[in-house]
Amino acid sequence: MNFEAFLFYFFSVILVGAAVAMITVRNPVHAALFLVLTFFTSAALWIMLEAEFLGIVLVLVYVGAVMVLFLFVVMMLDINLARMREGFIRFLPVGIVVAVAMVSVMTLVIVRHFHMEAPERAGADYNNTEALGQILYTEYVYPFEIAAVILLVAIVAAIALTLRRRPGTKAIDPAQQVRITRKGRVRMVDMKSEDKS
Amino acid sequence: MTFEIPDFMPVIPELFVLGMACAILVIDLFVPQARRDITYGLSQFTLIGAAVLTIALASPETRFTFNDTFIADGLSDLLKVAVYLITAVVFLYSRPYLQDRDIYKGEYYVLGLFGVLGMMIMISSYSFLTLYLGLELLSLSLYAMVAFNRDSARASEAAMKYFILGAIASGMLLYGMSILYGITGSLDIKEVSDYLITSSAGLNVPLVFALSFVIVGLAFKLGAVPFHMWVPDVYHGAPTSVTLFIGTAPKLAGLAIIMRLLVDGLGPLHHDWQGMLTILAVLSLAVGNVVAIAQTNIKRMLAYSTISHVGFILMGILAGTHEGYAAALFYTLVYAIVAAGGFGMIILLSRRGFEAENLDDFRGLNERSPWFAFIMLLIMFSMAGVPPTVGFYAKLAVLQAVVQVDMIWLAIFAVIFSIVGAFYYLRAVKIMYFDKPEDESPLPKALDMNVVLSINGLLVIVLGIFPGLLMSLATGAISW
Repeated sequence: MNFEAFLFYFFSVILVGAAVAMITVRNPVHAALFLVLTFFTSAALWIMLEAEFLGIVLVLVYVGAVMVLFLFVVMMLDINLARMREGFIRFLPVGIVVAVAMVSVMTLVIVRHFHMEAPERAGADYNNTEALGQILYTEYVYPFEIAAVILLVAIVAAIALTLRRRPGTKAIDPAQQVRITRKGRVRMVDMKSEDKS
Repeated sequence: MTFEIPDFMPVIPELFVLGMACAILVIDLFVPQARRDITYGLSQFTLIGAAVLTIALASPETRFTFNDTFIADGLSDLLKVAVYLITAVVFLYSRPYLQDRDIYKGEYYVLGLFGVLGMMIMISSYSFLTLYLGLELLSLSLYAMVAFNRDSARASEAAMKYFILGAIASGMLLYGMSILYGITGSLDIKEVSDYLITSSAGLNVPLVFALSFVIVGLAFKLGAVPFHMWVPDVYHGAPTSVTLFIGTAPKLAGLAIIMRLLVDGLGPLHHDWQGMLTILAVLSLAVGNVVAIAQTNIKRMLAYSTISHVGFILMGILAGTHEGYAAALFYTLVYAIVAAGGFGMIILLSRRGFEAENLDDFRGLNERSPWFAFIMLLIMFSMAGVPPTVGFYAKLAVLQAVVQVDMIWLAIFAVIFSIVGAFYYLRAVKIMYFDKPEDESPLPKALDMNVVLSINGLLVIVLGIFPGLLMSLATGAISW
């Protein structure tokens, strides 16, 4: 076993272990952290496959941004674990049967029939990021633009579904606050001085 | 590396719809709620304009652009125009419904237009990547539209179910596509097809492995049994105007991606996917028709009826002949027209604070409005496949195609379950004509809706008497 194979198995074991832990731990924060570990190790595997751009993006976007947001959500929502676990035992036998059948069939097919020549290694001067950049705006400009439209729809949908203008809220309008003058706040009252008695 | 500026002519309808959708999104911000009809009018203008552009640019030869990831041919022109028209009808039916429920907002139409754009991209896709992206664009718009009535818990639940199952389906489809890419080394549908033709014949297990994931993904999206669980819940939970949208135009786009993916791309594997589609078709026909009998909610009943119609569409495709594809296309077009009429009737009977969702709400419709009872009768007859409505010819064409490839048992099976299905369609007719009305309130009088719904209903019988025109369009679109 050479060093590369060792690295592959090292990251793979952590990846699978973290993925299993992610769906079995009871604490949702721990689950989110295990998902971070899963993403991180799969990024390492991608870099080993010479897809360094995808690996970096996975770390930056998923680990750095998406999962942090996710942790915020998990912490802010009070998730009732007991209710989430309802029916777990009831559906367990069916789930196990389906999972075992799927895994065994897929293993059979993949182990017995997927034999492919490993593609030739690119040299040290090969730049994955540059290669992607060159085709992203030329050959793949149409899919790229569609992806942009999908993001626009996601923004529109998120705003349409969550923006509510409630009349009764006590939110403060900063513009109004800034525009305040002395007259609106201070009232001069003439009072006679009173004697000390 | 050289880069050629792609030919923008074939994508002009897409660019128009995208530009208008973005413009409407901004204009809508400045339109007061009382003048929301401006947004509605602009959306209708967009659809009509896109139809004009598509027809003007249509030509018999096949046009490719963007490195062959975009195709415009007879099939895409026909389906796109059908999508515009159906969506225009959907928007028209939706307006009174949305107004009555205080959700008459611009975003509904903007999301609808983006959904149309997604369907156009799907219809014109000639690469796995654009096909998938178009599907996601459509799905994302639909998820948001299902949840559009934010105060309805049922709609939110339906949207959540739709979103999660839709995401699983997308995952399946992507997994299958990625294995195909791994084997064939290309995302381009033409190149995949070329690879499959030149590669050795016989059972290629990895290809079938990838194919099964692709089929599962497609079956989820179409709602074929056993991947149909989301259909009744989503149809039931979504606002009726959205159910109307989901139940009509996306079926046309769904047919388009099956044609591109299975027929154009994986055509050489026809022998393998024929068996899979046969199972899906048989189960869809059986479950859809039998379970629909037990429904008292008309939206759920139409959902199960959709499942059985999907079974028929799959039957046309699995025949694997030009006649079969043309029959499937004809069936899908007819289904979209009839379903638009069916859900339109539900909207017509609903009013502020009242959803005409149950079959009982149609009780004695004949006494309340003989004309619309007659329209509903035509729609129900067409769904059941009673001559001389167009539904009969659609079923006949599919059955002919299946018989031609010597799958007579499948044709007999389909006929038996169509007869089972006729029961619940005819029960709706019986309720309208022979029962006493419980609800005597007059039907609403929105002139545009009444006129279009009448035309929609009459189209069912006019096309049934003259099926030749639509059939020749369908055959013309298929024979490339």
